[in-house]
Amino acid sequence: MAETHSLQDLQQPAVSSKVFVQRDYSSGTICKFQTKFPSELESRMDKQQFEETMQSLNNLYAEAEKLGGKSYLEGCLACLTAYTIFLCMETHYEKVLKKIAKYIKDQNEKIYAPRGLLLTDPIERGLRVVEITIFEDRSIGSGR
Amino acid sequence: MKNCEYQQIDPRALSVSPLSAQNPAEKKVQRPRRKWEAFPGKNRFFCDGRLILARQNGVLPLTLGLIVVTSGLFFAFCPFLVEHLTVCIPVIGGVLFLFVVASLLRTSFTDPGILPRATADEAADIERQITSGSSTYRPPPRTKEILINQQVVKLKYCFTCKMFRPPRTSHCSLCDNCVRFDHHCPWVGNCVGKRNYRYFYSFIISLSFLTSFIFACVITHITLSQAKKGIVQAVQESPAVVELVICFFSIWSILGLSGFHTYLVASNLTTNEDIKGSWSGKRGAEESGNPYTYSNIITNCCATLCGPMPPLIDRRGFLPPDEAVPAAAASEMELPPFTPKSDANMCTQSTKDVLERMLHSSDFHGLCPSGNPKTSPLVQEVSSSAPATAEPSLSSGCSRQLARQAVVDPCPLLPPVAFSKSNRRDSLHSINPAFRLASPSPTLSRRALVLGDGPDIGFIPQH
Repeated sequence: MAETHSLQDLQQPAVSSKVFVQRDYSSGTICKFQTKFPSELESRMDKQQFEETMQSLNNLYAEAEKLGGKSYLEGCLACLTAYTIFLCMETHYEKVLKKIAKYIKDQNEKIYAPRGLLLTDPIERGLRVVEITIFEDRSIGSGR
Repeated sequence: MKNCEYQQIDPRALSVSPLSAQNPAEKKVQRPRRKWEAFPGKNRFFCDGRLILARQNGVLPLTLGLIVVTSGLFFAFCPFLVEHLTVCIPVIGGVLFLFVVASLLRTSFTDPGILPRATADEAADIERQITSGSSTYRPPPRTKEILINQQVVKLKYCFTCKMFRPPRTSHCSLCDNCVRFDHHCPWVGNCVGKRNYRYFYSFIISLSFLTSFIFACVITHITLSQAKKGIVQAVQESPAVVELVICFFSIWSILGLSGFHTYLVASNLTTNEDIKGSWSGKRGAEESGNPYTYSNIITNCCATLCGPMPPLIDRRGFLPPDEAVPAAAASEMELPPFTPKSDANMCTQSTKDVLERMLHSSDFHGLCPSGNPKTSPLVQEVSSSAPATAEPSLSSGCSRQLARQAVVDPCPLLPPVAFSKSNRRDSLHSINPAFRLASPSPTLSRRALVLGDGPDIGFIPQH
């Protein structure tokens, strides 16, 4: 028979709420997130640190989408090979996306997880939002 | 993931024999499913999620057939031209043909820039923001105005995907997805969007070259052979007549289409925007420029054709094997009407596990979109009949009309039309949208049974 456990026995913090940081479209369709500090995080972390994280993310995305010599060269080469080159080569954008994923993982490990928070990589949400999961703080003793 | 640590008692499992119920680990060992298998849109996937196509492939077989037949005939009468002119002719023809077919297949089978639907939490958050400001008597506004490069742009809310559409995004009713949209092309059997626009563009440019080249060769062939035999006999003997007819008619439309898209690329517009006239002086001369243009043709071209292609949906990632179990079980329980709590059942994990998960990031990616299969089949049912009525008009409408610039093309108009249709239907079904989202349990339990035999959404917990 399926075993039942009560939630307490599992000792896993439940998700208290989620905060969504929306995109900032003021400079066009480039990927940029708002750096305004959400009020729900006030009790958990520094405004400064949050803004630093968001700013770095924005800079990384700007680097990914930069239209420079490298992207033009990639585009021309790909066009000449009827875009078959994309089957074997990773584009500059994809490389920076991997860098961003690593950066978010680092930030989670160093800054957010110790505070009971979790940043979700925006690519998993279609680059629409940065989802920050706030976990229940069991150490305080009272729920949410 | 922990398979047997926390399981809801599933009433259906009670009817199963006790022997099989004693081996939950054995029962739970199912083939891990990939995310494309639970994709809510109307797309078809091949090669285990590597290739994506619209559900109706339109006239893609016809397009391919025409290209192959025409090129085949060209290579058939090539030897005549080879002996009279040069051996380069079939070589050039071959290269062009390969280019055309490669671009066409790339366009058809690439994800055009589909946006994933909002998760349950995100949708609830948006609903909260919308309803928080308005009074109870006014319907909540479903548009958001933002400033892009000092110009006001309206973002519309998508009822199917439950989110405010980013700029330049449209909901394609044929594919039932929000896409970074250019248009839906039935010739190619897929939406053309940001991610496959450059393939589409290279397809039509190379096709223009190919048809012009074949046309020129046919004319040369007839000219050369009529010098010897006379024009009537020359025309009757060679298979070139068929070629001539096909090329003559397609050359006008293909060249026209290429010219139109070159104009769009140079001015950084999408077909959708151009047809709707979004930036062409509706409000008068002051504020009606295109906010996305770089005001430089070269930069616009490079931005459109060499820009990034963000992969917004993850087709080949794995869904966690018991992702369906908490979803189905939670739907049959009486949940308190707060979506964060229902998510607690799905996303319960310790912070340590979080860190572990981040090392195995593909597992984690699957966990949070678990909200999608729960909510999206709901609205797919709601809006599924809306696109159905629009389908017949689309498949007949789009064929050549993109090339004829004088005629307004109905296809890109379809997303706004479909939006208004699904808008009406959704407004009937969601008199109080906050209520609809906040208390999913009664509707879910009803629909879970309806969808149980549907596509593999994975609601059936035991197998």
